[in-house]
Amino acid sequence: MDKRVEKKKLDIAARYAAMSHDLHWETSYQPMEKVFPFARYEGIRIHDWEKWEDPFFMTLDIWWRQQGEKDRRLYAVMDAFAQNNGQIGVTDARYVNAVKLVLQAFSPLKYALHRAFAHAARNLPGDALRIAAQLQGADELRHSQLEVHAASVYNKYFNGMHEVPRWFEQAWYLAPVKSFAEDVASAGPFELLVATSFSFDTLLSDTLFVPFMSAAAYNGDLSLASSGLSSQADTARHKNLGISAVKFLLEQDTLNTATVQRWVDKWFWRSFRLMPLVAMLQDYMVPKRVMSWKEAWNEFVESPVNELFAELAPYGLKKPAGWAQACDAKDHLSHQAWNAFYGYGDALAFHTWVPENDELDWLDKKYPDSFDRWYRPRLAHYAQRAAAGQRYHNHALPMQCQVCQQPMIFTETGNPRWIAYRETQHDGERFHFCSEPCETIFGNEPDKYVQARLPSHEILHTHRGDKLDDALKSSIAQAGVVIGQDNGDFNQSIDHQHFEEWGGGQDMKEAKL
Amino acid sequence: MSVTAIGDYSHVSHDSAARFSEPLLYVAWDEHMMFAAPVVLPLSPETTFEQLQMKVLPKLYGEHPDFGRIDWNRVQWFRGDVMFAPRATDTLSTQGFGHKSVLRLRTPGLEGLRGSCG
Repeated sequence: MDKRVEKKKLDIAARYAAMSHDLHWETSYQPMEKVFPFARYEGIRIHDWEKWEDPFFMTLDIWWRQQGEKDRRLYAVMDAFAQNNGQIGVTDARYVNAVKLVLQAFSPLKYALHRAFAHAARNLPGDALRIAAQLQGADELRHSQLEVHAASVYNKYFNGMHEVPRWFEQAWYLAPVKSFAEDVASAGPFELLVATSFSFDTLLSDTLFVPFMSAAAYNGDLSLASSGLSSQADTARHKNLGISAVKFLLEQDTLNTATVQRWVDKWFWRSFRLMPLVAMLQDYMVPKRVMSWKEAWNEFVESPVNELFAELAPYGLKKPAGWAQACDAKDHLSHQAWNAFYGYGDALAFHTWVPENDELDWLDKKYPDSFDRWYRPRLAHYAQRAAAGQRYHNHALPMQCQVCQQPMIFTETGNPRWIAYRETQHDGERFHFCSEPCETIFGNEPDKYVQARLPSHEILHTHRGDKLDDALKSSIAQAGVVIGQDNGDFNQSIDHQHFEEWGGGQDMKEAKL
Repeated sequence: MSVTAIGDYSHVSHDSAARFSEPLLYVAWDEHMMFAAPVVLPLSPETTFEQLQMKVLPKLYGEHPDFGRIDWNRVQWFRGDVMFAPRATDTLSTQGFGHKSVLRLRTPGLEGLRGSCG
C-alpha cells in the first residue's frame, strides 16, 4: 500500500500567490504585446506587476464560498419578505417609486459595469490585477441580479418595472447613466479601474449603499435593504481595491501621475453627475427619512474624501477638479433634480408628487440656507395648481449637456439664480456643457463626445418644430412606458389606489391580504 | 489625436446642422426655473425676431404667472452670454443665430414664483 503523502496547507499569502501571480506565464510563439493589445495605449507605465497585491487576498475559490454563504442568508430574507406580503408593509406606496428608480438606473449600470470589468479582466497585463477585475466584474453582475430579485416582489403588484432593460436604452432621463456606462466601457482597462473602483466606488458609492439602504430598511423594505447590505460588503472591498490600484499606478512611475489625475478629475465629475438621482431618492422619494442628502454628503463624502486626499498628497494626487463645485451643490442638488422630474412627470416611468407639509418643513429644517428661499415656493405653486386640477407639466424638450447628458438644470456655483452654461467650438460646431468639468472632459477627447446621442436631439432628428407637442412623452411611450399608468402624479395613480385598497402601510392593521 | 484610442480614430459629429431639418435653437428665460432647463427646438433661420416673440415664446412660457406681466420694452436679450438689441423684423440668422445658438431673455423685476427664480 502506498504511503499517504501529507499535503502541506498553504498559508493565506502563499495561497493567494498560487491563485493569482502563479497563474501567469510568458507566451512563447506570440509576442506579449499582441496578446495584450490594450496594455500600452493609455500611456500608463508599469515596471513590476508583482508589486500589486489584492489587499484582501481574494481569489476565485474564496469569492465563491463567501458569496454563496451571503446568498443563502439573503435569499432566506427575500423569500420571507415575499411570503409575508412585505410589499404592502412599506410606509406608503410612494416608497415603491424609489425601488423603481434604483431598478431603472442603477441595476442596469451595474450590469454594464460587469461587462466593462470582463474586458479589463481579459486585457490588463498584470496577473493579480486581472484576477481582481474578474472578481469585481462578477460582483457587479451579482449586485445587478440581487436588485432585480429584490424588486421582483414589487413588480407583481406595482407598475413601472416591466421593461427596465429597454428603458435603460431608450428613456431620456436614464441617458446620463447609460452614457456613463458607455464612456467607461469604451475606455481602456487602466482608465476603467480609476473610473469605477476609485472615482465611483471609493469616493461616492457610500451615498447609495449606506444612507439610502438604511432608508429602505426604515421604510419597511427588508428585501432591497438586505440586498443592499450584501452588495455593500463587496463595495467596501472595491473601495480599498480602488485605493490600492491608484497607489500602485502612482508608485510605478511618476509619469503616470498626470494621467491618473486627469482620470480622477473626469470620473469624479461623471460619477457626481449621477448623484442627482441619489440625492432626490433620499430627500424626496423615501416617505420616512433617515438623513438628508446634505448630511449624507458631509458624512460619507466630504470628510472621508478630505482625509483620503491628505493620505494621497505624497503621491502628487490632488482632489478632483470639480470638488468645490460638488460640495457647493449639496444645498441644491436634490431640489433642482426633483423640480425637473416633477415637471417632466408624464415622461418618466415612475410617479412624482409634491411632498406633504410636514415633509416640506423637514426639508426646510435640513436646508435652512436654500430650501425656503429657492425651492419651497416652486413646490407650493405646483401643489396649488394640482389642487385646482391643473397639475403642472413641462412639455418642452430640455437642453442637455454634451458630456454628462443631464438636462441643463444646474446653477452656477455660489449663485442659485443662474443656470450654468459653458460653450465651446469644435470643428466649426457649437457644443454646450452644464459645467466646467464637463467642458474639460470634452476638450480632452472631443472625438469621443461629438458622437453623443443626446436624447432631445435624437427626437429632433425625426421631428419638425411644428410637431413637438409632447415629444418627450411620445418618446417614452415608444420605449414601452404606459402613460398614466407607469407615470403621472402619484396621488392619481393606480399604485396609490391599490395600496389604499389593500390597507397597506407600515402598521398593516387593516391589511386585506 | 483627439481621443485616446487603440488605433486611428475619427468621427463626424452626430448632431451637425445637416442632420436636422432646421437649425436647433436653445431658449431660456433666466430666473424662471419652473421650466427646469433651457428648451431646444428646431426653428427656421428665416424666423423673424417678432415671430419668435409673438408665437414661440408664449407657447413655451405662457403658463408662468410672470409671463403676462412682462414689459417687452424692458426685456434684456442675450445671444449666448452677450447682450444684444434685437431688430424685430430681421431674421434670426441675420442677427447672428446659427445651429445650436442660445437665446436667453431676462426680465428685470420679474424673478419667478415669489421671487424664488422658480
